[in-house]
Amino acid sequence: MSRRARLVMFGLAGAGFGVVLVLGLAGLPAFGDYKGVYGNVINGIGVTERRATDLVTALNFDFRAFDTLGEEFILFTSVLGVVLILRQMRGEQDRPSQREAEEHSFAGASAALRALSLVLIPMLLALGVYVVVHGALTPGGGFQGGVILAAGPLAVFLAGRYLRMKTVAPTIVEELGDAIGAAGYALVGLGGLVFAGVFFKNFLPLGIPGHLLSAGQLPLASIAVGLEVSGAFLVAFSEFLDQALVVRSGPGGS
Amino acid sequence: MSFLPFAIAAWLFLVGLYGIVSADNLIRAILSLTVVQSATYLVLLGVGYSQGGQAPIFADIPQTSKAVDPVVQVLVLTDIVIEATVTALLLALAVQAHKRFGSLNPEDLRALQD
Repeated sequence: MSRRARLVMFGLAGAGFGVVLVLGLAGLPAFGDYKGVYGNVINGIGVTERRATDLVTALNFDFRAFDTLGEEFILFTSVLGVVLILRQMRGEQDRPSQREAEEHSFAGASAALRALSLVLIPMLLALGVYVVVHGALTPGGGFQGGVILAAGPLAVFLAGRYLRMKTVAPTIVEELGDAIGAAGYALVGLGGLVFAGVFFKNFLPLGIPGHLLSAGQLPLASIAVGLEVSGAFLVAFSEFLDQALVVRSGPGGS
Repeated sequence: MSFLPFAIAAWLFLVGLYGIVSADNLIRAILSLTVVQSATYLVLLGVGYSQGGQAPIFADIPQTSKAVDPVVQVLVLTDIVIEATVTALLLALAVQAHKRFGSLNPEDLRALQD
């Protein structure tokens, strides 16, 4: 189909779809006129029952912890998929030497960018750890903190050389983080099954709301997810960087 | 202006779809898909907003304060994670497509047409 025909068809279908979409959205309660039930229930009981002040995390790792288990394994599986799709194919080879990768510094990495990245690395790691462990108290949690943590080693790549990043975060460590985090979250659920009788039921002391060690298993689940997310993102980043820097297509290929 | 968030969501959805359909580059199509997905964030957060409600974080507001729905916020978080995974997989496929066909133009992906 020519590009033109494709656009004409999209114009027709998109117009029809747009009308239905707008009609559907118009049927929603007006913005700000909240009609739901669950939100108010959770807001009412969250702090008392879960001793967590960030109810988004309480929902994520407790009320709907089982969904999060699925979500976490979606991330795990898709990173597995990325590794599988980008695996070394027949006819591909590592670059004759890793010299090129070693010499490769990020295109346009000026001295200022490098200096800034070096400053950013410890700050990113500290912020990442902070966001992960304070998940039950303030906005944040395992998913958000994990991404910030993964940005730390990436800043090493920005600051200097690709292989330096591999020294800071070797593939095996990234993969272990991914796997241990995924398993750790499932173990938190199993802990509930063993000690409290129900999968993902809280089995740790609840503590006082607002304290770092409170809200029962939430900090534990948050840390496990943070480990998994940072590992998963780093594995995916490394795979893509490998494509650009280490693996080449075919002998004499591009 | 109570319809504005939903109107913007519809607009983002359609603009993203147009981006996918008109893309002459796979990377552009993938990025357009993320635009489509961002429409769902707006709808979810818009549905959960209640007038005058605060963020459902009771760290420094009284427990009885009126707050917005945290359930949809968790769904948005899930949504973002799924978007990241879908994008990563699609980008990996784009890398392989480029290796195989030497082009990122969807028109050149002959294997899909034959």
